[in-house]
Amino acid sequence: MTAQAQLLPGTLDLLILRAVSLGPLHGYGILLRIGQISGNALLIEQGALYPGLFRLVRQGLLTASWGTSENNRRAKFYELTAAGRKRLREETDNWNRLATAIGSALAAQPEEV
Amino acid sequence: MRLLDSLRFRIATLFRRSQMNAEMEDELRSHIQHRADDLERSGLPRAEAERRARIEFGGQVRYKEECREAAGGTLIESLQQDVRFALRMLHKSPGFTAVAVVTLAVAIAANAVVFGVLNALILRPLNVPQAQSLYGLERGSDKAVNQSYPDYLDLRDRNRSFEDLAAYNVAAVGLDTGNNPSSAWILEVTGNYFDALGIQPYLGRFFHGSDEHGSNSAPYIVLTYAFWHSHFQDDRGVVGRVVQLNKHPFTILGVAPPEFGGTLVFVFPDFWVPIVNQEQVEGVNVLNARGKRGILMVLGHLKAGVTPSQAVADLNSIGSYLEKTYPKDDGQMTFSLTRPGLAGDWLGRPLRAFLMGLMLLAGLILLAACANLGSLFAARAADRSREVALRLALGATRIRILRQLFTEAVLISLIGGTAGLWCSVVLLRGLSAWRPLPTAPLQVPVNPDANVYGVALLLSLASGFLFGAVPVRQVLHTDPYQVIKSGSTGTVGRRITVRDLLLVVQIAICALLVTSSLVAVRGLVRSLHSSFGFEPQNAMLVETALSMAGYSGDTVPAMQKRMINALETIPGVQSVGLVDRLPLYYGANSSYVFTDKTTDLRPANAAAEAMRYNISPEYLDAARTTLLAGRTLTWHDDKGAPRVAVVNREFASKIFGSATNAMNSYYKTKDGSRIQVVGIVEDGKYASLAEDPQPAMFLPILQSPSSQACLVVRSNGDSQQLVAAIKSTVQDLDAGLPFTIRTWNQELESALFPSRMATLSLGVLGVMGAMLSITGIFGMAAYSVSKRLKELGIRMALGAQRKEVLQAALGRAFKLLTIGSAAGLLLGILASRVLAFIVYQATPRDPLVLAGVVLAMLLLGLLATWIPAKRALSIDPMILLREE
Repeated sequence: MTAQAQLLPGTLDLLILRAVSLGPLHGYGILLRIGQISGNALLIEQGALYPGLFRLVRQGLLTASWGTSENNRRAKFYELTAAGRKRLREETDNWNRLATAIGSALAAQPEEV
Repeated sequence: MRLLDSLRFRIATLFRRSQMNAEMEDELRSHIQHRADDLERSGLPRAEAERRARIEFGGQVRYKEECREAAGGTLIESLQQDVRFALRMLHKSPGFTAVAVVTLAVAIAANAVVFGVLNALILRPLNVPQAQSLYGLERGSDKAVNQSYPDYLDLRDRNRSFEDLAAYNVAAVGLDTGNNPSSAWILEVTGNYFDALGIQPYLGRFFHGSDEHGSNSAPYIVLTYAFWHSHFQDDRGVVGRVVQLNKHPFTILGVAPPEFGGTLVFVFPDFWVPIVNQEQVEGVNVLNARGKRGILMVLGHLKAGVTPSQAVADLNSIGSYLEKTYPKDDGQMTFSLTRPGLAGDWLGRPLRAFLMGLMLLAGLILLAACANLGSLFAARAADRSREVALRLALGATRIRILRQLFTEAVLISLIGGTAGLWCSVVLLRGLSAWRPLPTAPLQVPVNPDANVYGVALLLSLASGFLFGAVPVRQVLHTDPYQVIKSGSTGTVGRRITVRDLLLVVQIAICALLVTSSLVAVRGLVRSLHSSFGFEPQNAMLVETALSMAGYSGDTVPAMQKRMINALETIPGVQSVGLVDRLPLYYGANSSYVFTDKTTDLRPANAAAEAMRYNISPEYLDAARTTLLAGRTLTWHDDKGAPRVAVVNREFASKIFGSATNAMNSYYKTKDGSRIQVVGIVEDGKYASLAEDPQPAMFLPILQSPSSQACLVVRSNGDSQQLVAAIKSTVQDLDAGLPFTIRTWNQELESALFPSRMATLSLGVLGVMGAMLSITGIFGMAAYSVSKRLKELGIRMALGAQRKEVLQAALGRAFKLLTIGSAAGLLLGILASRVLAFIVYQATPRDPLVLAGVVLAMLLLGLLATWIPAKRALSIDPMILLREE
C-alpha cells in the first residue's frame, strides 16, 4: 500500500462536492470516485463519509434520492444543487489560493528572501 | 423568523425520526453490501467479504450518532436521552431521590401555601371592576377606619376626588323566611354601594342611592350568591319575595354575582341591606349622631386623573371644615387612604408584617433546602467522579456532562415541585373551605390561582438550577486521567466555603424559627393563664338580639329582666348576668370620658377612652369579676336614680389618680352627664389578649339600655342538661326569638384564634427548618467523615484518643452549629417585636425560651452528628490502611 496522506480538517466536504459534481453518486461510489481522482493518495475512513453527506444535505448543497446501483442494489444517490455548485467553485478558488501561498512559502529558497 | 424555521425543522425532524433512522440504517447497509461485492469480486468468500466490509467501515454506532447530529434535531433528541438517563440514575438510588424529592416538596409546599395566603389576602385586590383605583378612608393618626354617618354624608357630598363614596357596616340580624327564625350576617350598606363599586346583579336588581328616603325607607335585601345557593336552592323565583327581617317585612330584590362576596376579604356576609333601615336592623338608629362612629368603612373609586395625595388633600380640607363646624363630635379629622379589603391598617398592618415575615422564612427554608440538595448533589458528583471521568475520557464534552447533571437536578426539582404544589393546593382549598369560628362569618379565602401555580413552578425550576449548579466547578475541574489512575482524591478544604456559609445561614434560620415558635407558645400558654377579669369556666353564654324579634324601646329591658329571672330558676344555676357586648368579643364599645372639672367636652380634652359595658346588676357576680371596693350595681339604679358606674382599677388610677380617690367621685361623659363611681373591680382583657391594661366602665343597663344582650349563666351542673333547660326556658318566653347557646370557653376560641394560628404556622415552619438543618448538618458531617477516613485512621493508628478523633471529625460541624444558633437566636429576639402584635406578651427575654432554644439546637446537633460520629469512632485503622 502506498503512503496515504491524512485528510486536513474540513477538506472532506470539498472532496465530496467535487466527486458528486462529476455526476450523481451513492455513498460508496463517492468514496471510490475520491480514491480514483486523488490517485488513492488520501486516507478516508469509510464511515466518516456519512456525517459529511448528511451535513451537506442539510446545508442544501446536495440532494439525495433513492435509486438502483450498478450492482442492482438499492442505494441513495447524491446530486449537487445549484448552491452546491456555487460553493464548490468558491471553495476550489479558496483552496487554490491557500495551496499556492503555502506551496510558494515552503518552496522559498534562502537567496530569494 | 429564522429561529422559528429552525425550530419547526427540528420538531419536524423529530417526528420523522424513526423513518430517518430506518433510512440511515438502509444506506449504511447498502454501503457495506457494495464494498462486500467488490471484495467478493477480488476473490473472498461472501461471508468473509461482508465481515471485512463491516470492519473497514468503522464504528457504525458512532457514525450514526454523528449523522443524526449532522442532520439536525439533536437538541431535543439528546434532551430525551438525558431525561431517560436521569430517570435511570434516580431509579438506581431511590434513597437519594426520595430524600431530595421530599425535601423539595416540603420546601415548595411551604412557599406555595404562604404565598397563596399572601396573594389572596394582600396582593389580590377586591373582586370589583377597576380595583386599582378603589380606596378606603382612614382617619386620624391612629388610622381608624370607622366613621359616623353624618360625617360620611359630608365626605361623600363635599369631595371632588372620588367618583362616589359608599360605606358599609357588619351586623347580625334575625331572618325568617317562613319556617324557623335564624340569625344571619349582613352588610348594611349605603344605597349607592353597588353602583359605586360597579357591580352588576346576577339576578333581579340592586338597590340604588335613589331608593333612600329617610329612616326605614328601603326595606330591601340583595342576597349573596352563596346564600342564595345554600338557603334558596338557586330558586330564580326568589326575586320579589318578602321575608321577615327582625320581624319587619323586607323584599328580596336580587342576587349578587358569585365572584362578589362583599368588601371585607375575610368576612362572608349572607346578604346586603340598605343602611337607612338601621333602626329595623340593629334596633338603634345612630344615623343622625355625628359622634357615633358606627360605620365600619367608607370607600370609593378615585376619579380618573386624581392622585391619592390630591384626594387626601381634598379630604383633609373637608376634615378641617368638620372639625371647625362640629368641635364637640369631630376630633382629629385628617385622612389617609388604604386598600379597602382588610379593614385598613388596623388589621392590614400586623397581617402584612406577619405574612411578609412568614414568606421570608419560607423563602429561607427553600434556600436552605437548595443548599442541602446542593451538597448532596456535590457529594454524589464526587462519588460519580469515576463515571464522569470515564465519559470524559471516551470523548463526551464537559457541557454535555453538565447538561446531564442539570437535567437530573431539574427533573428532581420538577417532581418535588409538583408534589409540593399538589400538597399546597389541597391545604389552600381546605383553608378556604374552613370556617374557623362557629359564631362569626369568618373565612380565609385563599383559593390558589394562576399566580400561585406560576410561583411554585418558577421556584422549583430556580431551585433545580440553584442546587444543580453546586457541582459544576467540580465537574469542570475533573481530570479524567488522575481520577481513573488513583480514585477520587479527597482534598480537605480548610478555608470557608460557600457550602459552610449556607449551612450557617440554614442553622441560623432554624434557630430563628425555633426561637419564634417557643416565644409564641410561651405567649399562648401565658395568655391562657392570665387574668381575663372574668372566669370562663363553668359559664354558659346565651346570646340574643331582642331587636331581631321586634322588641324596641321600653319592652327591651323588661324582656331582659324576665329572661334573667326565668333562667335563674333553672336548678343548678348560681347566677345569671347580662352584658351588651362580651369582653374579648369582636370589637369593643368605647367612649371618651372626661374629668369632672372639664367643661369643654371635645375629644381632644378627654381624660381617656374607656371600654364601655352595659350590664345587669348580677353580671359582675356571674362573670366572677372581683369587686375590689364599693358596691356592685342594683336594679334600683334605673332611669329615675342618679347615674352611677362601676369602673376598673386602671380607670380609677388614670382618671382619679388612685382607687381611693375614685370612690364616690364623679366623671363626665361626652353628653355632659355626671356619673358617680360606686365600685371598683379588677382589670381585665377587653379588646384583645395582647393589649395593655385598658380603662373600663360598667354602666347599669336600665340607665343605658341596649337590645344587644348576652346572658352569662353560671352553674355547676351538667352542661348538656343545662343547655336543654335554657333552650326550653327561652322558647317559653318567646318562641320567635333567635338565640345561640355556647360555653364561654368556646367563645374565647375566637380571641385566642390569631395567636393560635401564629403559633401553629411558626411551629410548622420551625419543625421544617429543624428537619432541614438536621439533614444539612448530617450531610456535611457524613461527607467530611467519609472524606477524611484515611486521615482519621492514621491518627488512630498513631494513638489518637476518641475525643480527639471526634473533634477532628466533627469539630467543624459543631463550630458552624454554634455560630448559626447564636445568629438565629439574636434574629429571633429581634423578630419577636413583630410577634408581639399578635401573640400575648411575646417576649424573648424569658429564661425558659432562651434555655429552650439552646437545648433544642444542641439536641439537633447531637441527632444530626450521631451516625457520622459513630462511623468515625468505628474506624479500624488496620483494615483502612490495608485497603489502600
